[in-house]
Amino acid sequence: MRIVAENLSYVYSEKSKTLAVQALKGVSLTVESGEFFGIVGKTGSGKSTFVQHLNGLIRVGKDKGSLKVGEFDLTDKKCDYMALRAKVGMVFQYPEYQLFAETVSDDVGFGLKNFMPELSEKEREERIKTAVELVGLDYEKIKEKSPFELSGGQKRRVAIAGVIVTRPEILVLDEPAAGLDPQGRREFIELLHKLHQGFVKTIIIVSHDMNLISENCGRAAVFSGGKIVAVGTPAEIFSEEYDGVREGLDLPVTEYVTRALKRAGITLSSDLTVKGFIAAAENAAAKSAEKREGTAAGRARGGTGEEE
Amino acid sequence: MEILKAENVSFSYDQKNYAVKNVSLSVNEGEYLAVIGHNGSGKSTLARLFNALLTPTAGSITVDGYSTADKDKTALFEIRKRVGVVFQNPDNQLVASIVEDDVAFGPENIGIKREEIDERIDYALKAVGMEGFRKSSPTRLSGGQKQRIAIAGVLALKPRILVLDESTAMLDPQGRKEILSVVKKLNREDNVAVIAITHYMEEVLAADRVAVINDGEIAMQGTPAEIFSRIKEIKAMGLELPLAAYIAEKLREKGFDIPASVMTEEELAEALCESLRKI
Repeated sequence: MRIVAENLSYVYSEKSKTLAVQALKGVSLTVESGEFFGIVGKTGSGKSTFVQHLNGLIRVGKDKGSLKVGEFDLTDKKCDYMALRAKVGMVFQYPEYQLFAETVSDDVGFGLKNFMPELSEKEREERIKTAVELVGLDYEKIKEKSPFELSGGQKRRVAIAGVIVTRPEILVLDEPAAGLDPQGRREFIELLHKLHQGFVKTIIIVSHDMNLISENCGRAAVFSGGKIVAVGTPAEIFSEEYDGVREGLDLPVTEYVTRALKRAGITLSSDLTVKGFIAAAENAAAKSAEKREGTAAGRARGGTGEEE
Repeated sequence: MEILKAENVSFSYDQKNYAVKNVSLSVNEGEYLAVIGHNGSGKSTLARLFNALLTPTAGSITVDGYSTADKDKTALFEIRKRVGVVFQNPDNQLVASIVEDDVAFGPENIGIKREEIDERIDYALKAVGMEGFRKSSPTRLSGGQKQRIAIAGVLALKPRILVLDESTAMLDPQGRKEILSVVKKLNREDNVAVIAITHYMEEVLAADRVAVINDGEIAMQGTPAEIFSRIKEIKAMGLELPLAAYIAEKLREKGFDIPASVMTEEELAEALCESLRKI
């Protein structure tokens, strides 16, 4: 499912003279099916307002642009939001706070009851089991447990299971790693990649962590003041070209170091992932070793007689 | 001069499993201590023990001479005046419908005079960069802004010890930097001791000393550089290095000459530059 937003705008409390806030000002963006896409921007830049449009939590207003998600036209009054929400899974910040049912199985299955009431009991259980196993938990062990007995990392996995249980094609996560400890964070990101490699086609993450974005996203969009001010690969959006519009955002560590080296006359060209950065550093080392040998050889040929 | 002292402190929620086991730790006046450990390691329990929200099952904690287990209300009052805790979720910490009332809540409770409360509100809101929101309603603020108000509410008490229980976790980088610089400033200029419980390894670098908690026990203590040089142990405890230190380690594995003391991106840039020039 391809996402196409064109000139999307949104105003909170539009009817109020004093409280009206224009959160989106003509946002156009296309996210292709299969992308691992990042959305960054300062608090209040409009990124949450934007992603909440994607499954119709915020409706596209009259004359406020257009939005299509796959076959769903969200400007159409007849848009089937139930069907849309089964296809676009939304994981909010700290999703574990939204767990509520008595057992893990009931909690994970809640969305199914709403979105797919036609499923038989057996089909439902089958889907719950698949979802729980996909997030790396042992279904038989955990299904009758209260979600509140679980650890923080497990709770978050259960919350994700409750979203992917409808088999969404697009999974949107707001600040997915916040509050997890380092190991939990690493495992959680691995889980997202695992889901992306098979179960879910498109992943969109909203994050303030620029290292997370540069390490994991193929492309990302930068929001500022309700607009998209840059969109492209991490190397593109964090490049100097967009320094003026990326207000207040940090650079990924890899880009920071790349720039510092550039100022010192050393060029590293990488995709800003840690792996890519290390490879670029090795390249630079190899080049300067080559150059040195070249100089040494040249000098030797020049008849100085010195061997290095 | 010790302001907080924990001696052989153990704590159990259910009388069976211990969340904190035999922890002895002291914090000096004006010291900046970072506490790290994986989820469920007992860090947050420790924070609650420090300001007497919980009392030890065994052992004792004293704050400026007052025991947290003292049944006398005066002791509790004195401890809460000295130890301010800011938790992770701002929505659970805001009590009033107007920002200034929320910040005033603490000082009013400890009987500060109205004129001084005004000054303290000014000071606290300015310290967290929210002075323009004095008359706003917290419900209309973003998560990051709410957390800054929660921190202001604690700062208004002028605590001697500021305990931050993952209180920057929900802020954006800008907000986190602001809070971190506020905390550093309070620590440096007002001599407020800071106990920062965090998952952000970068924040640990601001501390004088780090305590690593693992399964309720203190597993390691030392300066940030000492702690992060013990890479294997750090990993075994479910933690990791600050990203720049991690990249430095990867570069060392590839044969680059990068010192183990590299922790920040600035240091990494400099060390890598030198290493490449030497080739």
